[in-house]
Amino acid sequence: MPGVSTGSAGQPQNDDLPGSPEWPDANWQQPSPRLRLVRRVQLLLTTIPVLLVTVAGGAVAGGVAPAVIVGIVVVVACGVADFFLGRRVRAWGYAERDDDLLVRRGVMFRRLSVIPYGRMQFVDVTAGPIERSFGLATVRMHTAAAASDARVPGLPAAEAARLRDQLTSLGEARAAGL
Amino acid sequence: MTQPIGVPGPDTGAAPPPPPGPPTGPALDAAPTITGWHRLHPLSPIVRVAPALGAVLLVLAENLNSRNQGHHQTTALIEAAILVLLLVRGYVSWLVTRWQIEDGVLRIESGLLRRTSRRFPPEQLQAVDTVRPLVARIFGLAEVRVRMAASSGRSGRLSYLQEPAAEAVRARLLALAHGVAEHTPPPPERVLLSIDTGRLIASILLSGLGIILEMVIVALVALAVVDPAALGAALSGGATALIGLGTTVFRRLNSDYQLTVAEAPDGLRLRSGLLQTTAETIPRGRVQGVRMIEPLLWRPLGWCRLVVDVAGKQRSGHENRSVGQTLRAVLPVGDRAQAAWLLDRILPGVPTDLHPPPRRARWKSPLRYHYLSWGGDGTYAVTTSGRVRRVTDWVPLAKVQSIRRVEGPVQRRLRLATMHLDTAGRSIHAILRDRDRAECARLVAELPAVCRAARLAATASR
Repeated sequence: MPGVSTGSAGQPQNDDLPGSPEWPDANWQQPSPRLRLVRRVQLLLTTIPVLLVTVAGGAVAGGVAPAVIVGIVVVVACGVADFFLGRRVRAWGYAERDDDLLVRRGVMFRRLSVIPYGRMQFVDVTAGPIERSFGLATVRMHTAAAASDARVPGLPAAEAARLRDQLTSLGEARAAGL
Repeated sequence: MTQPIGVPGPDTGAAPPPPPGPPTGPALDAAPTITGWHRLHPLSPIVRVAPALGAVLLVLAENLNSRNQGHHQTTALIEAAILVLLLVRGYVSWLVTRWQIEDGVLRIESGLLRRTSRRFPPEQLQAVDTVRPLVARIFGLAEVRVRMAASSGRSGRLSYLQEPAAEAVRARLLALAHGVAEHTPPPPERVLLSIDTGRLIASILLSGLGIILEMVIVALVALAVVDPAALGAALSGGATALIGLGTTVFRRLNSDYQLTVAEAPDGLRLRSGLLQTTAETIPRGRVQGVRMIEPLLWRPLGWCRLVVDVAGKQRSGHENRSVGQTLRAVLPVGDRAQAAWLLDRILPGVPTDLHPPPRRARWKSPLRYHYLSWGGDGTYAVTTSGRVRRVTDWVPLAKVQSIRRVEGPVQRRLRLATMHLDTAGRSIHAILRDRDRAECARLVAELPAVCRAARLAATASR
């Protein structure tokens, strides 16, 4: 039930990645594992031009050795970024409760948002070209507050449509205005 | 909404309007009745162009004065031509703009080639202002501004109407927003306080911008004493910056000058202005948050400033500055007792016992720590923050849109977290910084239900 006053004070923080000590029973769901691939493709698409430009720059400026060094640096940075992106993908999670949607994300900066359905203004489903080619979409719930951060990326298209319809109908049922 | 069947032509305006179905209001046709389509006042284009007109006249006068030849006159001619074009454009836009209040909804249609028709449903209405710039005051005109909640929507403007008509429109829109009969006369008001001009000027002189302006002036005077020749150079170099600074300070003075706060059953009424006067009404229950600011230099005098926030556009940048970003001061300067009293009129019964964060929060927020605290009950949340400029925010829980907990890496090491209670206001949100992790876990579990209860209670009492 909503508003469970789980006196979870001092509950040991479990530092494993999908770590949200509140509402362990809340039926947490995660984005599709394919989101990992989407992020990887996006990373590659930004890295390759950077790699080309820096290697070319290094070659022009100082010959082969600098070019190789610069290239290695960029590739290593890409690998590190990929590692962190993987952790962030695994940290995403959402749960639909009776009266609100929970969204958690982030590893370094852990965020947990609680958005009551009654506050929903509209829901949109977006899919960029890369996301779309993997059959994924991002669902975003908008409230009147710009800071509310209710975004769930990497949902399979069918799940995205289900979540959108579910949120819309719940939002209508519990609409509360401003 | 289908009465005037898409007649796009501009001519259907002020002429005898087609009899619109059943008359909308029960009132007799006594006062300036407002049914059917209306035009704005015919002088509006002139009032709108007036500031540019002033500038051009200045340039013209200067040119005549220096009796220069050739290309100076052409620039003057070009400017005059631009002015005429602006006037023509303003006149055309006046011709094709019309408005009406029908079925309780304000509609404004405008545009010559691309007709736009905008509706302003009263339930989303956040505030109604009447604004009178200096030139409009000379002609006895006023602008009505309607501020809406929709974060994407621009505010609606009726510029300009005759003053009595503007007042009538405002009263009617507010009546609609409260769901009472449309032609209810505006309820009587009770003046809560008005601002002493001397203290206002002193407070502006002691504010950050005021101090900068004073330092600049002192420097200029010193320069004039030491080396009068250099003064001219300095003035001609920094003239624009100086004028900009002066205008900003003056704008502050203008917007808070002789502010009168009055309480009426339809909301809080604020009237102020030196050259451009503004009358605002914030309907009951639309206040998203109240903030008290105590700048460093005001603290020895025990002064503070109280501002209110209503729902509106949050991503700033492209809206008219005078409407948008600055929060409305209900108490430009006053002592804490006045602020507390006024706050009690706006948000009655706010909690007063505040809890500081755990001592280890000093490692994360060494400066802020001394004034960090929060307090809350079933209706409000209070947060305080700031070291140099102390800020206290009050947010009704009924207005909370979403609840967030953010835990940064440093905070995690210190077992701390920050809670955000987001509202639809432009900048006032309750931010509970650096709370104990266990407290946050309890809050994040309990606050959603508390906010929901507050929301239900608020809707029930409305």
